[in-house]
Amino acid sequence: MNYLLSFLFCGFVCVVAQLIYEYTKLTPGHITCSFVVIGALLDLFHIYDRLIKIFHAGAMLPITSFGHSLMHGAMAMTKEYGVFGLAMGMFDLTAAGIASAILFAFLVAIFFKPKS
Amino acid sequence: MNIKKYNEIAEKNKPQKQVLKHTFNAFIVGGIIGMIGEFFLNFYQKIFSFSEKEATPIMLITLILIAAILTGLGIYDRLGDFAGAGSFIPITGFSNAMTSSALEARSEGLVTGIGANIFKLGGAVITFGIVASFIVGGLRYVITYFW
Amino acid sequence: MSSPISGSSFVFDNVYIQSVATTAGIVEYQGPLGHYFDKHYPDHYHHNVSYEQAEIEMLKDALLICLKNGKVKKEEIDFYFGGDLNNQLTACYYYANHLHRPFIGLYSACSTIGLALANASIMIENHNIHKAIACTVSHNATAERQFRYPLEYGIQRKETMTFTATGSVAVYLSNKPSSIRIESITLGKVIDYDQYDANDMGRAMAPAALDTYLQHMKDLKRDGTYYDLILTGDLSHYGKTIMKDLLKEENQKYNEYDDCGCLLYDVTQNVYQGGSGPVCNALVSFGYIYKMMLQGKYKRVLVLATGALLNPVMTNQKLSIPCVCHGYVLEVVV
Repeated sequence: MNYLLSFLFCGFVCVVAQLIYEYTKLTPGHITCSFVVIGALLDLFHIYDRLIKIFHAGAMLPITSFGHSLMHGAMAMTKEYGVFGLAMGMFDLTAAGIASAILFAFLVAIFFKPKS
Repeated sequence: MNIKKYNEIAEKNKPQKQVLKHTFNAFIVGGIIGMIGEFFLNFYQKIFSFSEKEATPIMLITLILIAAILTGLGIYDRLGDFAGAGSFIPITGFSNAMTSSALEARSEGLVTGIGANIFKLGGAVITFGIVASFIVGGLRYVITYFW
Repeated sequence: MSSPISGSSFVFDNVYIQSVATTAGIVEYQGPLGHYFDKHYPDHYHHNVSYEQAEIEMLKDALLICLKNGKVKKEEIDFYFGGDLNNQLTACYYYANHLHRPFIGLYSACSTIGLALANASIMIENHNIHKAIACTVSHNATAERQFRYPLEYGIQRKETMTFTATGSVAVYLSNKPSSIRIESITLGKVIDYDQYDANDMGRAMAPAALDTYLQHMKDLKRDGTYYDLILTGDLSHYGKTIMKDLLKEENQKYNEYDDCGCLLYDVTQNVYQGGSGPVCNALVSFGYIYKMMLQGKYKRVLVLATGALLNPVMTNQKLSIPCVCHGYVLEVVV
């Protein structure tokens, strides 16, 4: 059941993005950036947390989850440190993703050659 | 021949968009990536007896690693051409953006090439995520503070 | 003697093609015209460490084959004319120091070969120089990097995209009679029809091709039926249908019209709308058409080399794309 829900939600987000890509002149860069911003907004009222509860990996994987995690980490930290918590907690939840993406990108760039 | 007339002629001959096919591909590939994520999520929960919260970052790291290797092998760009948004919206697309920028610059050296160019495409996502979170988070903080 | 200009066109009496050389990448070699090219490479690197250096290698091979076929030493050539797509004409100038003769770098994007031939022909016709080589080179990977995204970036290409051809072409011209000559050239104006889409070059360039076509016919008082074949540079399948409509709109008659971008590749090759790039038009006209002319299939061919003078920085600043088209006529000497 979880697999099906993951499939449906992740597929649905991709379909929305694909339709934007088809009918506008926006590049993939524009679309991912706007999805991240949407994800950050959806942290309001814990909407995205609820989505993750329902769809599990299906809601964690789209890039909207990245915006949500940034926002969520920052807001969690404000409870302890006030407004400075925004900067201190920003990367709390996304650190693993960003750090590993940098590391793997670097290693792959060293050991592989671009194919065409 | 004025511009308006020309645009009319050009529109008339425009090649057909394959919206249906592309959207279907995006749905299938995006969905399959979601299922793979779900598989790893369950897998780590079982093997290491993690809670879902603990297993999440490890699942993301696994998918980022897979995408980086597929990029290096030259498979991910073919997948991207097939799937469109299905491959650039999941976190694997972020990994692909970083890896492809780094790979392209490898001939220019470690620092001036890979180091300087690694965020060429992926940097935009991080920048917008952070700026948006600061603005929205700041507003939320101020509102809850004075409420 | 010296050819007077009429409008934007020159007519020449003694500019002859002595030899040509074409080298092609692997995708072009697998295309329908593959076996017409002098040399091809097994992969995109051509045994070099980077794509940029592979591009230099291709230019070197084309020039050396051309010099060998023309039985001339590289020091005997008076001037070299050429260009490519990269910043600061990388490939051309990084090889030019091996030539020991002046190298005149020209940039007009995909119409570079037209501009190079025009410059060389005018100088030869006026007896400023006797021997010249016009050359051009482009590589799919370096052009993608220059104008679009990293190679491995998984992005879905828009349906109007074209594929930059990989290869190099060198043409040796002199005033010594041979079997094929450059009969005339028409230099085009830069045209901007308010097209903004950098993924849609065919649409941006078609008005420039039409403008040069009409200018050529007006200057030389000819019509399309004078030529056995009219070729446009790299409008691709989409641009070709637009061009056909434009010609119909202007009531132009012609015998046969085709586009180099459509000829170079097979539809099954996953090249979207067809080929583009400076060598796309050069490979077809000097690899294929030139040989067909030697065999007697065509007598007179008008080639309209189109180029989109686009800069990715200005595209991001939302300016429209200026385009240009340079025409040249190849004629069999009777």
